Amino acid sequence: MNNKGKTSVKFLGMTVIAMFFFSFALVPLYNVFCEVTGINGKVFQSENSQEYTAEVGRDVAVQFISSNNERMPWVFKPSNEVMGVVTGKYYNATFYVKNTTNKTMTAQAVPSIAPSNAAAHLKKLECFCFEQQELAPGEEALLPVKFLISNELPNQIKNVILSYTIFDITDYNQENLAHLEMHTEKN
Amino acid sequence: MSAVIENHHDDHHHGPAKGLTRWLYTTNHKDIGTLYLWFSFAMFLIGGAMAMIIRAELFQPGMQIVEPEFYNQMITLHGLIMIFGGVMPAFVGLANWLVPMMIGAPDMALPRMNNLSFWILPFAFFILLSSLFMEGGAPNFGWTFYAPLSTTYAPPSVTFFIFSVHIMGASSIMGAINVIVTIMNMRAPGMDLMKMPLFVWSWLITAYLLIAVMPVLAGAVTMMLMDIHFGTSFFNAAGGGDPVLFQHIFWFFGHPEVYIMILPAFGIVSHIIETFSRKQLFGYSSMVWAMLSIAILSFVVWAHHMFTVGMPLAAELFFMWATMLIAVPTGVKVFNWIATMFRGSITFETPMLFACAFVVLFTLGGFSGLMLAITPADFQYHDTYFVVAHFHYVLVPGAIFSIMAAVYYWIPKWSGNMYDERLGKLHFWLSFIGVNVTFFPQHFIGLAGMPRRYPDYALQFADWNMVSTVGAFLFGISQVFFLFIVIKTVMGGKKATDQVWEGARGLEWTVASPAPYHTFGTPPKVD
Ligand code: HEM
Ligand SMILES: [Cu+2]
Repeated sequence: MNNKGKTSVKFLGMTVIAMFFFSFALVPLYNVFCEVTGINGKVFQSENSQEYTAEVGRDVAVQFISSNNERMPWVFKPSNEVMGVVTGKYYNATFYVKNTTNKTMTAQAVPSIAPSNAAAHLKKLECFCFEQQELAPGEEALLPVKFLISNELPNQIKNVILSYTIFDITDYNQENLAHLEMHTEKN
Repeated sequence: MSAVIENHHDDHHHGPAKGLTRWLYTTNHKDIGTLYLWFSFAMFLIGGAMAMIIRAELFQPGMQIVEPEFYNQMITLHGLIMIFGGVMPAFVGLANWLVPMMIGAPDMALPRMNNLSFWILPFAFFILLSSLFMEGGAPNFGWTFYAPLSTTYAPPSVTFFIFSVHIMGASSIMGAINVIVTIMNMRAPGMDLMKMPLFVWSWLITAYLLIAVMPVLAGAVTMMLMDIHFGTSFFNAAGGGDPVLFQHIFWFFGHPEVYIMILPAFGIVSHIIETFSRKQLFGYSSMVWAMLSIAILSFVVWAHHMFTVGMPLAAELFFMWATMLIAVPTGVKVFNWIATMFRGSITFETPMLFACAFVVLFTLGGFSGLMLAITPADFQYHDTYFVVAHFHYVLVPGAIFSIMAAVYYWIPKWSGNMYDERLGKLHFWLSFIGVNVTFFPQHFIGLAGMPRRYPDYALQFADWNMVSTVGAFLFGISQVFFLFIVIKTVMGGKKATDQVWEGARGLEWTVASPAPYHTFGTPPKVD
């Protein structure tokens, strides 16, 4: 084969390798994209609480929904199902959990927001979903979330749903959780 | 295109080695093309047998023949085998046989890699098929293997599935590199890019698509492997991953993949229509540009498979319009084929019958695709039999008819013998009727709301399902008949002339029939 052929083979081989890594690059790209556009109901921790102090607000109903991953036996439910809030102010809400099994387990809650265009306007200062919860057999707890709905919430939205799914992550060792940091986007 | 051939025969006269090792060690593009074609035929029959099991179960409502778990395995393996074992290797086989002969090259550019890329394929499919006998059964999550079905909830054999997909991907990538290097470096003097036969053009573009997306498929299955065995959470919500991400990655590969399965068909059909219309192809350069634009657009439409996952309105609209845009270059091609036939002195030998059926039925599949591209309508059609009808129309009377057309068209050149025209026509009509009886009713039951991938269905879908199953068995049996015709032709028959078809143009028709083991040892002159 001539030199031109060798160059093409090299170029094509590099392209193959580049595209393989590109598929992995899609993972952070996707997360950044979701964060910037606030789609997919993903919520991200807001960095600055001062930024959102506002004078005028309007009334919005926030509905809390909890669900268990099918392999998760704990009791998990919101303390209040609905909460009337005013935009631009911080509120506290709690979720009740109880480890109903006879072994110590670790849980992780994953949030989601509907409608999706509200996601960018729901700011969380604190959330139990930023951490894992470890409970001893029979232990119960109230998990806090401190949030604010910004004044920029589109006018037609009167009702925001904040839902959590709780997962059993006992079997994930700490090493694996290092990888998880990348995904939960604590910026 | 005309060519002056100085000597038909090579300087060195050695033929193929004898016995089995000929096939094992061969680096000859014709041998490897033959291997690919036979392999894909075998896979076509195995995948077809699985389709018969599926249709037999669906003959009547209720559970009759197989367990639901086994049904899911059949659905999955049928899709994987037909796509990766049937259609793709058949096109690679055709490329091996035809690309060097069409551009006046003595062989493929990388003959040893060519041997390797074929011989790893049987192993990939052996692994995939052996998963049927493993504990927990074969993969059961559909050919699209959405996470978490294919990760958290997958049977243990999923690891073997991942391994076999890696091998298939490696094979396709090597094949694609080979095709590109051959076309870019080994054309006969005087054959500029815009003088290349359209089949060669279609394969050049297809090969670039393969290079771009097969590594992404490899990435997707690698991420699955890591999620399953190494505790990562790419697609696992509990660990902060996202199953929707899987669908984005998969369809970023998946949509270009469907064009990988149709572009070479466009090339084949262009040659056949040109020959049997006894006219020059209408709009050669617009054909090339249409294929290029289809290939480029195919990278920005993937989310039309995911309209219902909950995307923002802007994305739904973007993917709807981008998808519909593809219909424009596709329409240009259909127009050109018809314009080529217009006022031609047409004869309808078997390859031409298949090519004409291709034009009509592929277009029909394109129309149902357009219906699916309408986002709000897709919320109704998604995951129903309407989608099944759509993609079977573009793949069976589309891709597969083009492969059969190609076999009838070029087999005289390959084997030196004419096939039996009466039998070929009979095969065509049986296939044509079979395919329509099978898949046309699936439009109706899909619009009526029958979901895909279930072994049972509600009573109101019973009649059309029964019709569809009858059609499927007719189609299936006619392909066994096709096998018979091919074997009969290879064994003997009327001797073919060198040109074979009165209207045939192109370098491959200037060599003897059957094509000598080595052709174009000295490059022909093209003007
Ligand atoms: C005008 C051209 C086309 C358009 C507008 C189109 C559009 C679509 C849309 C919107 C879907 C998704 C439907 C759903 O899941 O709800 C779809 C599915 C599909 N299309 Fe097409 N398509 C076109 C051509 C093709 C071609 C040429 C092929 C292959 C040769 C193809 C193969 C498929 C396959 C395999 C699926 C289903 C994948 C699955 O879910 O298993 N399409 N098409
Ligand atoms: Cu598509």
